[in-house]
Amino acid sequence: MMPNFPFLKNKKAEDKSEVFVPSRRDFLKLSSLATGGFLLGVNFQCAGPKGETITFAPNVFVSITSDNEVTIVAHRSEMGTGIRTSLPQIVADELGADWSKVKIVQAEGDEEKYGNQNTDGSFSVRMFYEPMRKTGATARHMLIAAAAKKWEVSPEECHTENSRVIHSSGKKIDFGDLVAEVKDMPLPDPASITLKEFSSYKLIGKDVTIYDARDITTGKAVFGADVDLPGMQVAVVRRSPVIGAKVISFNDAKALAVPGVNRVVKIEGAGIPPGLDKALEGVAVIADNTWAAMKGREALEIEWDLGPNQTYNSAKQLEEMLQSTAKDGKVRRERGNFSTAQRTAEKVLERTYLAPFYAHATIEPPAAIAHYQGDGICEIWAPTQHPQWARQAVATALELDLDKVKMNVTLLGGGFGRKSKPDFVVEAAILSKAAKSPVRVQWTREDDLHFDFFHSHSAQRIKATIDKDGKFTGWNHHTVFPAIGATGSTTELHPSDGELGLGCTDFPYDVPNIKIETHESTAHTRIGWLRSVSNIHHAFAIGCMMDEIAEARGIDPVKHALQMLGEDRNIEFKPETDGKYENYGEPIETFPWNTGRMKKVIERVAKEANWDQKLAEGKAVGFAAHKSFLTYVACIVVVEKDSSGKISIPEVFYAVDCGIGVNTDRIRSQFEGGAQFATSLATTSAITFENGIPQQKNFDGYQIIRMPQSPKKIHVHIIESMEKPTGVGEPPVPPYIPALCNAMYKLTGERIYQLPFKA
Amino acid sequence: MEKFTISVNGKKQEVTADPDMPLLWVLRDLLSMKGTKFGCGQALCGACTVHLDDEAIRSCSTPISTVGSRKVTTIEGLDKEGQHPLQDAWVEHVVPQCGYCQTGQIMSAAALLKKSPNPSDAEIEESMAGNLCRCGTYNRIKEAILTASKAL
Repeated sequence: MMPNFPFLKNKKAEDKSEVFVPSRRDFLKLSSLATGGFLLGVNFQCAGPKGETITFAPNVFVSITSDNEVTIVAHRSEMGTGIRTSLPQIVADELGADWSKVKIVQAEGDEEKYGNQNTDGSFSVRMFYEPMRKTGATARHMLIAAAAKKWEVSPEECHTENSRVIHSSGKKIDFGDLVAEVKDMPLPDPASITLKEFSSYKLIGKDVTIYDARDITTGKAVFGADVDLPGMQVAVVRRSPVIGAKVISFNDAKALAVPGVNRVVKIEGAGIPPGLDKALEGVAVIADNTWAAMKGREALEIEWDLGPNQTYNSAKQLEEMLQSTAKDGKVRRERGNFSTAQRTAEKVLERTYLAPFYAHATIEPPAAIAHYQGDGICEIWAPTQHPQWARQAVATALELDLDKVKMNVTLLGGGFGRKSKPDFVVEAAILSKAAKSPVRVQWTREDDLHFDFFHSHSAQRIKATIDKDGKFTGWNHHTVFPAIGATGSTTELHPSDGELGLGCTDFPYDVPNIKIETHESTAHTRIGWLRSVSNIHHAFAIGCMMDEIAEARGIDPVKHALQMLGEDRNIEFKPETDGKYENYGEPIETFPWNTGRMKKVIERVAKEANWDQKLAEGKAVGFAAHKSFLTYVACIVVVEKDSSGKISIPEVFYAVDCGIGVNTDRIRSQFEGGAQFATSLATTSAITFENGIPQQKNFDGYQIIRMPQSPKKIHVHIIESMEKPTGVGEPPVPPYIPALCNAMYKLTGERIYQLPFKA
Repeated sequence: MEKFTISVNGKKQEVTADPDMPLLWVLRDLLSMKGTKFGCGQALCGACTVHLDDEAIRSCSTPISTVGSRKVTTIEGLDKEGQHPLQDAWVEHVVPQCGYCQTGQIMSAAALLKKSPNPSDAEIEESMAGNLCRCGTYNRIKEAILTASKAL
């Protein structure tokens, strides 16, 4: 079982863009038709007395007041991708709203009202591009119809611009002046709604500044810990030092003696398995302010039963995992006969690749505010990627009906998958109930690195065969890593089909004999998903191995990749994976794996980076390409060694095909940031466990790159495309790491087989 | 607990606090000024950067008892209108992604520009090395500092 693994939750693609048109007064009734899809409901307010502001709200995402104020609801969580701007931008463009005056409000967590709000898996734009266009277009049709009626002209002669309807004669009317007319108009038949031509868009496909830019730079933006409630107390928690540890007893006398400390509360933890959405066992100190709570926590005396994970050593497990890859594993994909290819090969390359545990290390540590109001209502403010899961987890933990939990979503100070898990939100709810007051639970950096849902460490072994004619004939990939599912179930010993579909079983190259195998391993900590998930280690191994194979065959790595992708065509993985390839939850017919699109990004990046040029002394380049989350990416990294032997990354080149690009500035920014993020994964970051405890406590131990170590220039080339849009949050990360490793090899003559490597 | 009077953004503020309480928590919890952020508590990430007089310091590791008569400037007080050349340049280059570290980044950059109005690349890198950004906005931060330095 894979509980809530983001991209597996998607329903059929066609469900997502379905527009339900209820009769207008039925909205509240209709909203009980919960779907993962999109609801175009009606939310009319009654007209007020003359002069009072009235509102036209043709659906839950748009409302227009008689003062001509257009408000668009952002229902996905903002953690840095720009989604809080990009989706409203789509609505505004179809509507013809004056973008400079559009107000954006954040939706609370409510699946019945807003559909899927799980902001994960790089699928917000992919899933909501069409529905958001239809949302804006429906409102536009109604406004035009009202204006046309008023003017006694044909709607075809009207268009919208800057929050006005404009007639071909030049007559204009503000949206606000049509509110009284449209609010009683029946919703149009969805079949009658026409979307704008792509070429006429003024916002879609353009650089649009994020909505919150000014608030962020002036300190006004509200993140998780920034919510203040009257009478709010602050809690910090001493959690089980080893996953599964239980409190035997505790003495809170010294903690309660700290000025400002009001209460000490034990939290009952889930034990083993720890689960993805439950609080850990711990003892919370609740105080007037954060500092008092921290001091109180230091003074706690707790006796723990540490349980079976107290002997866990990650280096030892990694070595055992590596050994296991030398044996036969469970076959997860098979084509041809690899054994025969190996027997008849002229040359067999065999390499192993190791990658460590990684922590998300969002600069905002987890924090959440809960107000349990005594009458069975619990209101939450949290930086959550998945407000609906958080809402459900709180309802479960407090044994409340779902409708008694109100989930407000703040900005997220980074997410990367960490803030999908609602454990910290559940803590706040439990503690507010115990304290009978609003409570903010505040994690410290030490808490964050100790109790993360880590990206799993991994061992891989790849064998590649080359025959006497120099042909690349066989590929045998062994991969082993504790699975995400193991966090929820101790019987999950192999990576899931979903995790393998992230860069492993979707190996795209045209090799006649392929065998992909997995091995068993167990989880001794909480495993989660980190920006691009198992694509991180799979792309590292495959991208580095492909470079070695190209070298062994005497072919340039870019030409080699193009050659091995073969003819332009759609490729299938289901027949060779026993039907288990998941394609990020999308039907392969709707989102095919097209070798032509991949070749195009490779050719583009090679051209932009001037790949064939002779480089100056002390410089080297490396290449890799990797499709993830349905987005095609190729990457070239330039490395340089100065006279003192110091290595730097002066330039990075990306080419990306993500279909239609909605906010081109935010596409580029995701790639710029992705290169920086991946540089940390490749060169500085690792979590290791001894006696079940992570050994890195803060940013001195778990290092992420700083400005002096960062890649200096990052060039992002977006392929112009009218294909369906796909996400860009995660896809920049996977190909960067092997491209960097391959560049390092050219520079130093040494191949990289283990991350992080020291540059 | 002791009484302290500190100057924050030109305003005298009286607080009662444990003398060890870091300035960060005085600002956030006692004065409800939320623009200064908590990131690590150990002066390793720079999210909590404010100015003491003209110097950028890490408020998470500065006990209230050591502030004395020095003037505290936070992001809220960097510019009355929120339009310091750095803030404008930050918007122009659309620097922020999640935005959480950015107030600390701007305060570090502001201290740099006070000392060195036309900083070199190397100076920028050195001065900004104490501010982490997990989203990876370093390239645009550098561009925005260069733009602001021209506007000053």
